[in-house]
Amino acid sequence: MTIEEKEKELIADFSIYEDWMEKYEYIIELGKDLPILKPEHKTKENIIVGCQSQVWLFAEKKGDKVIFTAEADAIIAKGIIALLVDVLSNQTPEAILNTELNFIKEIGLQEHLSPTRSNGLVAMVKQMKLYALALKNS
Amino acid sequence: MSFDVAAVRSEFPILKEKIGKYPLVYLDNGATTQKPQIVIDAICNYYTHQNANIHRGVHHLSQVSTEAYETARTTIQKAINATHNHECIFTKGTTDGINLIAHSFGKGLEKGDEIIISALEHHSNIVPWQFLVEEKGVLLKVIPMLQDGSLDFDAFLALLSAKTKLLSITHISNALGIINPIEKYIEAAHKVGAKVLIDAAQSLQHFAIDVQALDCDFMVFSGHKIFGPTGVGILYGKEVELNALPPYQGGGDMIKTVTFEKTTYNELPHKFEAGTPNIVGGIALGTAFEWRNKLDLKAVEAHENELLAITTEALLKIDGLKIYGDAPNKSSVISFLIDGLHPYDIGTLLNQQGVAVRTGHHCTQPIMDYYHIPGTIRVSFSLYNTKSDVESLITALKKAVKMLK
Repeated sequence: MTIEEKEKELIADFSIYEDWMEKYEYIIELGKDLPILKPEHKTKENIIVGCQSQVWLFAEKKGDKVIFTAEADAIIAKGIIALLVDVLSNQTPEAILNTELNFIKEIGLQEHLSPTRSNGLVAMVKQMKLYALALKNS
Repeated sequence: MSFDVAAVRSEFPILKEKIGKYPLVYLDNGATTQKPQIVIDAICNYYTHQNANIHRGVHHLSQVSTEAYETARTTIQKAINATHNHECIFTKGTTDGINLIAHSFGKGLEKGDEIIISALEHHSNIVPWQFLVEEKGVLLKVIPMLQDGSLDFDAFLALLSAKTKLLSITHISNALGIINPIEKYIEAAHKVGAKVLIDAAQSLQHFAIDVQALDCDFMVFSGHKIFGPTGVGILYGKEVELNALPPYQGGGDMIKTVTFEKTTYNELPHKFEAGTPNIVGGIALGTAFEWRNKLDLKAVEAHENELLAITTEALLKIDGLKIYGDAPNKSSVISFLIDGLHPYDIGTLLNQQGVAVRTGHHCTQPIMDYYHIPGTIRVSFSLYNTKSDVESLITALKKAVKMLK
């Protein structure tokens, strides 16, 4: 699936929820389902700077695709990074670098996150794009 | 006199705001208080009718604005019972006031001199002193805290010596709400000849302070935490102590004569007020104090203490909830965590329900380190909060816990 197809799928998933509570319950579920990060990747270096809770992000290249794995100590942050991993993992560096990630706005995530959390979201996306850039020519 | 919370509440227009479909429940008063209409009007009135630079022009508006600014200074002087109005220096806020003292008082310090702070300080009352440690080789000593969030007074006494030059201590812990018995700290520090700076950022919004009765040498606070605007605050200093200090910043208003060879400095308070100040901020802060002077502050304190008591009781009924800082003498601030739940998750879900609280380390990382926690959820009340706000908090919190567990 391309990034756009993944985004469409998520927008459809979220469209069935009417109020914020249901949306957050879904995000919390996603957070709970996120696989645990390998202990050797849960290092200080992999913590994303700029998030109000601790979020660890690891990336590696398999073939021509970037594989992301992540974890967070707060469950909502974990749900949000799970969404981003779902959309951006297993894609080429070029696709990751070029995407605008419009689904964030579409599913109402940006406006429903507190300012500090929103900064965390921005920091997460930035870090994933930096990984893609670093892995582009490796 | 008594206190009518509904009447006072109606003077704060922002409290009628809605967050999504939920009415705003503002419980982040430790960060900043909301402003009554009369303060908002003072700001608008200044730019509509009074705006001119102060202490300079002979023209009408300059005299009007100068008079309004100096009247505000006198209002504040009387509210804290300073001896002279020139003992009240307008600053940008608490942080600015502490930095001023660190700079000007610090100039007279020598290697080996000691400054004492406490384990409960905001980063603003830690970092400026660390600059002096680096620049001057002074020693920074810290009064340890106890498990209940109070300070270890005996340990403080053991830190005092002839080398102690300054005690800089918070009146109320912003993170935990613990009220320090500063009277006895001031007395003990004076016995060894040290000066005392009180960080009153968190206390003035809750009760009156008489600087002469306290006998502190310096006291700092921010306007925005006492119903005034942001960007303005006060450094109070005893006349003799302020006169003994060199100026902070150089510029206009703080000089008497300037030649390229030698500049002589102006008298108090202008010596410490270089440049065009936050004129409207000072005037509106005066308005905030005038507004507050009309309240029965003892009744306000009783109201806030009641909110503290009923909230503490309701919170402790929630499974796995732990309150940090449970010493008996507290202001209406409650810091807590719930077993297994991250404070940011709680804060986010409370925000979704219109409840504004602070989450995180509250600029007091040493306190969080002491308890081995990343941060807390902090509820902080002000006089306009009601029992209904408490009910909304508890309902929203229970919903958040249910969603997260």
